[in-house]
Amino acid sequence: MSQTVIQDPSAAIDIKVDVELRNVFKVFNGDTAVRGIDISICQGEFFSILGPSGCGKTTTLRLIAGFEEPTGGEILIRGKSVAHVPPYLRPVNTVFQSYALFNHMTVLDNIAFGLRIKRLGKAEIQQRVSEALRLVKMESFARRFPSQLSGGQQQRVALARALVNRPAVVLLDEPLGALDLKLRKEMQVELSNLHQTLGVTFIMVTHDQEEALSLSDRIAVMHEGRIEQIGTPSDIYENPQTPFVADFIGDTNLFQGYVEASDPAALQITTDKGLKMVVQPQETWNGATSQPVVVSVRPEKIQVSLNELDNQPNCYSGRLKHVMYLGTHVHYLVELSSGDCLTVLQPNRAESLPALHTPIHVYWSATDCLALTA
Amino acid sequence: MNKPQLSQKRPSWQLMLTLLMFGFMYLPILVLAFYSFNESRYSAGWGGFSLRWYKSLFNDSRILAALQDSLTVAIGAVAVSAVLGTLMAVGLARYEFFGKGLYRGVSYLPLIIPDIAIAVATLVFLASFAIPLSLWTVIAAHIVFCLAYIALVVSTRLAGLNPHLEEAALDLGANPRQAFVQVLMPELMPAVISGCLLAFVLSMDDFLISSFTAGGGTNTLPMEIFSRVRTGVKPDINALSVVLILASGTIAFIAEYIRFRSSQRRLNQ
Repeated sequence: MSQTVIQDPSAAIDIKVDVELRNVFKVFNGDTAVRGIDISICQGEFFSILGPSGCGKTTTLRLIAGFEEPTGGEILIRGKSVAHVPPYLRPVNTVFQSYALFNHMTVLDNIAFGLRIKRLGKAEIQQRVSEALRLVKMESFARRFPSQLSGGQQQRVALARALVNRPAVVLLDEPLGALDLKLRKEMQVELSNLHQTLGVTFIMVTHDQEEALSLSDRIAVMHEGRIEQIGTPSDIYENPQTPFVADFIGDTNLFQGYVEASDPAALQITTDKGLKMVVQPQETWNGATSQPVVVSVRPEKIQVSLNELDNQPNCYSGRLKHVMYLGTHVHYLVELSSGDCLTVLQPNRAESLPALHTPIHVYWSATDCLALTA
Repeated sequence: MNKPQLSQKRPSWQLMLTLLMFGFMYLPILVLAFYSFNESRYSAGWGGFSLRWYKSLFNDSRILAALQDSLTVAIGAVAVSAVLGTLMAVGLARYEFFGKGLYRGVSYLPLIIPDIAIAVATLVFLASFAIPLSLWTVIAAHIVFCLAYIALVVSTRLAGLNPHLEEAALDLGANPRQAFVQVLMPELMPAVISGCLLAFVLSMDDFLISSFTAGGGTNTLPMEIFSRVRTGVKPDINALSVVLILASGTIAFIAEYIRFRSSQRRLNQ
């Protein structure tokens, strides 16, 4: 939590805020796409907006770019309100999911477009374009047309076309969504390098949680037009604040239940299926007894044993329903005697795998699970 | 394909049907072209090869005047329609407004309304407003269908275009006018040109609408041809038809070539 405090702009005066959204709403023909979101993005930050499709994340990006006007609330870029400022006067540049390269222009002309519009001198344009081309390693493709490039190369041109203008903020709309897996991994590394060398604020929209976790300084998880949680990748993964975040980021096992008894050190929870669980409450816990909760346990935090363990909280017996061998890991599906199904991920320790339908015991400590108010 | 020997010996019925169809379509034109080089005044016999009818054609002041009227009408109507039609297609593609579906339907209606209906309606309209018929009324009437054709061709191209192109231009600092001129127009240009050429050929070809809306002294080429063939086909009309066919063929070829070049640049070379 200490990391978030440092990154919180209101707490640290020396960190400049590049983009700020204050209670922003957007309504399209009666459908509310964005329902009152507050975000502060610091200068030089790699910020991701993560969520399933239709959660309003692309709309949020388009609001910052100026392609849409907010129905309510306020957007500030570098401290200035951009209400009614058209996209061409905002100090932001967008990398579109479909790249939107100009097909009738060469790569060079595409990248130079923004600089020519600004009527910069020929020498400066040439120098900045070749710098941008070098940055994305596309020097030898300057004379080609976009149609003569592969998807990955077009992506680089789109990046260069945005970066060459030296914007305050670069907006990336699912930038790697159209690339195949291997290329996407390569481009993730390059995107991260570019961000580090340039020190420009990046705001990326993605539905790929792995991409968001690996690239971002901070992530906002969006769901149905609202922000569920904002935090560092580890914060989001280790301390999800809502059942949606716990479920959306990574795999997890969720149990619906209610609080039987609570003290500062441990919550006694009974699930709907009748399992008794002991959970260490989060610092922010403020629920009461009989409060409905969702218990979240990550698959990799669950231990398996063939023997019953005494004095171990959260230990349940079940049967092995399915085993998936993944090489580095083994994925188990365990059916508990209560009827719940658990996914368990264990490192492959080169022992012989237990056979199907083996009676098995699963357990986890009170600190390895979370109680989330439902 | 699984019986190659058989198909080699005897042409398939598909091939015969195709040849028959092409014969039916183009044999009259070939015959016409053949007789346009006939020295003899009468179609019945071959009097030897001659360019006499072509010479008389280019010395015929009535034909040349009619050609001038036709070109004035076609160029005028196409020029106005090119601007209006492009703006209409872009507006329909980009903006949402009340009654858009109706607007679109009404705009493309001239494509399916019979020419005779347009011709009569325009004549009645002009008469009821006491507008004297002239070359200008022909141009106005031709704009009606030229506009629909150009808008249709341009909107087809727009539908295939990346919807974010203009946004990308705005994002890079171009104002809406610059985005339209520097990004959208170059992408639409092949469609605008091929739409114009199509409308030009249709305008040059039109007889019905022109003859209903033309005032005294205005005489387009199809009107001139029609008035001459009523008293029997003369060889100079054969020659004129050949010239017209070659001219429209050339224009169609240019339109197709422009379309091909633009799609070629879009795809890998």
